[in-house]
Amino acid sequence: MAKKINTIEPFHFYTRMILPELTGVKAADLKEMLSVLKQIEPAAIYHHTHRFIQQHQYLVTEPPNDFAYWITEALGEYKLGEKLNSISTIDFSTIQSLREEIVKVMETYIKENPHSLSRHASPGEEFHFVKSVSFIFPTKHRARDLHEFAEVLKKITINSIYFHMFEARLRLEKGNNDFSFWIDTALKDKATAGRISGLDPYTYTLEDLRKIIIRMIEEGKVPKK
Amino acid sequence: MKIKDYAPIVGNFVIDDLKLLAEKLKGKSIQHVNSTAVGGGVAEILNRMVPLLADLGVENSWDVIKGGEKFFEVTKKFHNALHGKDEGLTRKDLDVFLETGRSNEESMDMRGDIVFIHDPQPITLINRKKGNKWLWRCHVDVSAPDPYLWKFLDGFISKYDSSIFSAPAFSRKLSIRQFLIAPSIDPLSDKNKELPAEEVSRVLEKYNVPRDKPLITQISRFDRLKDPVGVIEAYKLVKKNFDCRLILAGGTASDDPEGIKVLDEVRERAQGDEDILILLLPHNDIEINALQTASDIILQKSLKEGFGLTISEALWKSKAVVASNVGGIPLQIKHGYTGSLCNSVEGAAYSIKKLLSNPGYAAELGKNGREHVKQNFLLTRHLRDYMMVFLSLYHPEDIVCL
Repeated sequence: MAKKINTIEPFHFYTRMILPELTGVKAADLKEMLSVLKQIEPAAIYHHTHRFIQQHQYLVTEPPNDFAYWITEALGEYKLGEKLNSISTIDFSTIQSLREEIVKVMETYIKENPHSLSRHASPGEEFHFVKSVSFIFPTKHRARDLHEFAEVLKKITINSIYFHMFEARLRLEKGNNDFSFWIDTALKDKATAGRISGLDPYTYTLEDLRKIIIRMIEEGKVPKK
Repeated sequence: MKIKDYAPIVGNFVIDDLKLLAEKLKGKSIQHVNSTAVGGGVAEILNRMVPLLADLGVENSWDVIKGGEKFFEVTKKFHNALHGKDEGLTRKDLDVFLETGRSNEESMDMRGDIVFIHDPQPITLINRKKGNKWLWRCHVDVSAPDPYLWKFLDGFISKYDSSIFSAPAFSRKLSIRQFLIAPSIDPLSDKNKELPAEEVSRVLEKYNVPRDKPLITQISRFDRLKDPVGVIEAYKLVKKNFDCRLILAGGTASDDPEGIKVLDEVRERAQGDEDILILLLPHNDIEINALQTASDIILQKSLKEGFGLTISEALWKSKAVVASNVGGIPLQIKHGYTGSLCNSVEGAAYSIKKLLSNPGYAAELGKNGREHVKQNFLLTRHLRDYMMVFLSLYHPEDIVCL
């Protein structure tokens, strides 16, 4: 009897760890911040729009970016802080396009509120630009079908889910999250792939994101939150 | 301690990540160098880190430089001058420093593939650099140093491959890579391990601390920068509306005239209020742990602070913390999420009142605080970051695929 050969390319789970690197660049007001934002390395834009998700992954689903937090807390520009916080990161597929949106929001606000340029952070409260250095490792985990995939998701480090859902899509500029890409192209399951890529992962804690993806796979539908 | 002992606290995922990193360091040897084998935060962390790295399979060793009384007098001046204090450093001071440096350069075996120098004391060993990698760890805040000293030290720093700082605000623009690695607490140490209730009670009895009222505690040496008088003022504002007890606990200050003066002022301000307890503690980590554990609110109303690891110690015990918005404290406390930040006596009092009248809110902050420390300020995270820095010495790119 012929042996059944599984020709589907398995999904290899990777994980990543982040090391913050100081750039030595800082800003004390909106003018300085804007100037730095236009030319700083992409790794710094990535760091300040994703750090909170990793450091406070257990805490809140809201993804405040560091720029918004500093502009609100150190400069007291609440309205601009709120506008920056409202930028939907999932709508951007490259760091460059995300950077352009942040710059556009700030420039528009400054044009409408020129007084905002006169606000300065107190000494010691300047914004320090930091960038993320990512170390990406293969794990021992693989999956050949959705059942195996869900089983791995239940036990794998949260850093792996973060890598495939956030970092691969935006930082490695793949345009889609790795899970949806594999389910679509290898398993030809467009419905499940679409459900996962339809998620806004920035609105979940990482553990909640793990649970919801597992349920999407096991129940075959978008679960209620 | 073995690395597996940390698994029940941080989870197997974290230990697995450490093993992955350690695997990638196979074949590299790390040589730590600092200026003292006992006493001080650096020695404390190396005492724990070196055996844990070895347990993970990373070959590492620890050397201590030799120096005489004069050398350490100069390096004490360096420490203060790096914090911005004018110590009147002279060329002679620098010569004393260089002379001891030369003697260590000649006598020490610099064998590591990666030489990891801690703080300024052994910094001149970089003169022995050959084909290996050199890393400088700065544990102090050098945001506004004495320029004369900084220019002198920068001549050595720029020869290193990379550097490490504890907080963004503590660093300066340098010609070499600078990584951001916060210090950490050890959840299994006497200061941070979970104590049996009887042990906590024993310590409270020893110091005659009744438990009939909410306890608000600041544990710090009696130093103006820790603002113990400000703590009493904040307590007095709170006391108008809430019956509570204040503990100010710190080390004895017999060899520190300024400390004795501060202690006198504290006693004077506390006079007439039986609910203010001033405790002079011997160095005893279990007793500090017990006082923190028994407290309802922990204060750290410093005017200036380094990283302020006492915050992480308190948060790890799920305590509601009210602390000043200075130094490394805001890295540990996100206001309203993991504790309360304050900028004044009135602000501290307001936060204490809010916590005393909303125990549910206080418990929530404490719970979040413990989780925040678990994710970001435990020894295992520190080990992970160090191993990544070691790897970065061979990988200059921002995205490293291993």
